[in-house]
Amino acid sequence: MAAASMMPIFSQNVSSNSDLVPEWSRQEVSTGTTIMAVEYDGGVVVGADSRTTTGAYIANRVTDKLTRIHDRIYCCRSGSAADTQAIAEVVSYQLGFHSIELDEPPLVETAAHLFRASCYRYREELMAGILVAGWDRRKGGQVYCVPIGGMLVRQPVSVGGSGSSYIYGFMDSNYKPGLSKDQCLDLTTKALTLAMERDGSSGGVVRLATISEDGVERRVILGDQLPKFSTH
Amino acid sequence: MEKHFTDSRVKGVSTGTTILAAVFDGGVVIGSDSRASIGGEYVSSKTINKVIQVHDRIFCCMAGSLADAQAVTKTAKFQLSFHSIQMESPPLVISAASVLKQLCYNNKEELQAGFITAGWDKKKGPQVYVVSLGGMMISQPVTIGGSGSTYIYGYVDAKYKVNMTREECLQFATNALALAMGRDNVSGGVANLVVITKEGVEHIVIPGDKLPRFSDE
Repeated sequence: MAAASMMPIFSQNVSSNSDLVPEWSRQEVSTGTTIMAVEYDGGVVVGADSRTTTGAYIANRVTDKLTRIHDRIYCCRSGSAADTQAIAEVVSYQLGFHSIELDEPPLVETAAHLFRASCYRYREELMAGILVAGWDRRKGGQVYCVPIGGMLVRQPVSVGGSGSSYIYGFMDSNYKPGLSKDQCLDLTTKALTLAMERDGSSGGVVRLATISEDGVERRVILGDQLPKFSTH
Repeated sequence: MEKHFTDSRVKGVSTGTTILAAVFDGGVVIGSDSRASIGGEYVSSKTINKVIQVHDRIFCCMAGSLADAQAVTKTAKFQLSFHSIQMESPPLVISAASVLKQLCYNNKEELQAGFITAGWDKKKGPQVYVVSLGGMMISQPVTIGGSGSTYIYGYVDAKYKVNMTREECLQFATNALALAMGRDNVSGGVANLVVITKEGVEHIVIPGDKLPRFSDE
């Protein structure tokens, strides 16, 4: 298939002369991050922080880690910024081509499988943890997790990135099946805020997107509007 | 280019454990899981007690190398009882924490252990102190430690409130331990909790099957 032959080769060339370049520019740009995706009846809510770091320097404090793959399919990126951007571009291309051939909107499962194919084949070269989430007519809202290594699993709620460790407990205790869209948004905002407060590599603003049959609705919650928790 | 592989055994110097302590209105709850493991592959004990009594109303929880922790707490217990006899009164919680801190700071090269000290004394009531790896001592209303603690930072930040009742605090501690044990493979077993108040000390053990379950299980 023409789409398959377009798969580029992922390789990394690092050349640096240690005396002439500052240390931070020799460190890989990483989206040490917190990302989250939740299914609800009728769609999905995806969220992410907005910090991109190069070592200790925050290269971008307003990053958009919620990347559009197709009209109703988004992905949340964590890991190496370069790797995830490259994979997302490849998958967008492949999915767009596939959708034209099919003459109908692509399935979220298809997008997830395309991500997995790239992440698994090039697992040695890549460092990418991706959440694929979206809505399609066949199965409604779906969240698929493609962590580092290239596994694929569908989960009703999933978190990823370096900040995710801190919110597993919160997520386990607060998520229940059958939440409404607003409850999902609230849960995601709180979870991301808690992670951003504890993880040095996550921070900035909270970016949210709701994907449903009606389309995609994006919003940003700025730092001073984030929920506050009792400080100690 | 180096890839980072997160390994819970190598992160910081925490051994497989989850420990916590929290102040409530009138007392303090200190608790831990009960698993001791070797390298995260073999559970050497399913029912080890990590909550050690160093005096009548002062307990401490250990994280890190269990051998170091046991040696330090034994020394601290002795020093504290001696101090208590000299002062002719029960020791303050801050004294217990300071003894641990001195030991950890002066031997920081050899030791790999951190402590949470919790107790009740007449001067300041219920208190929680954390003595970290290098020997820093700090007082906090609630604190968590061990490898399993990373998973419950969000939960603790969201759920802990000052001046909870005893029942609320117990429920909070039980939930936190259960959530951590559910995610950390080197924490598990039973939940050991100790409630310390002016009136006395109460030990509560919650076996694994009685721990709260959360929706995804």
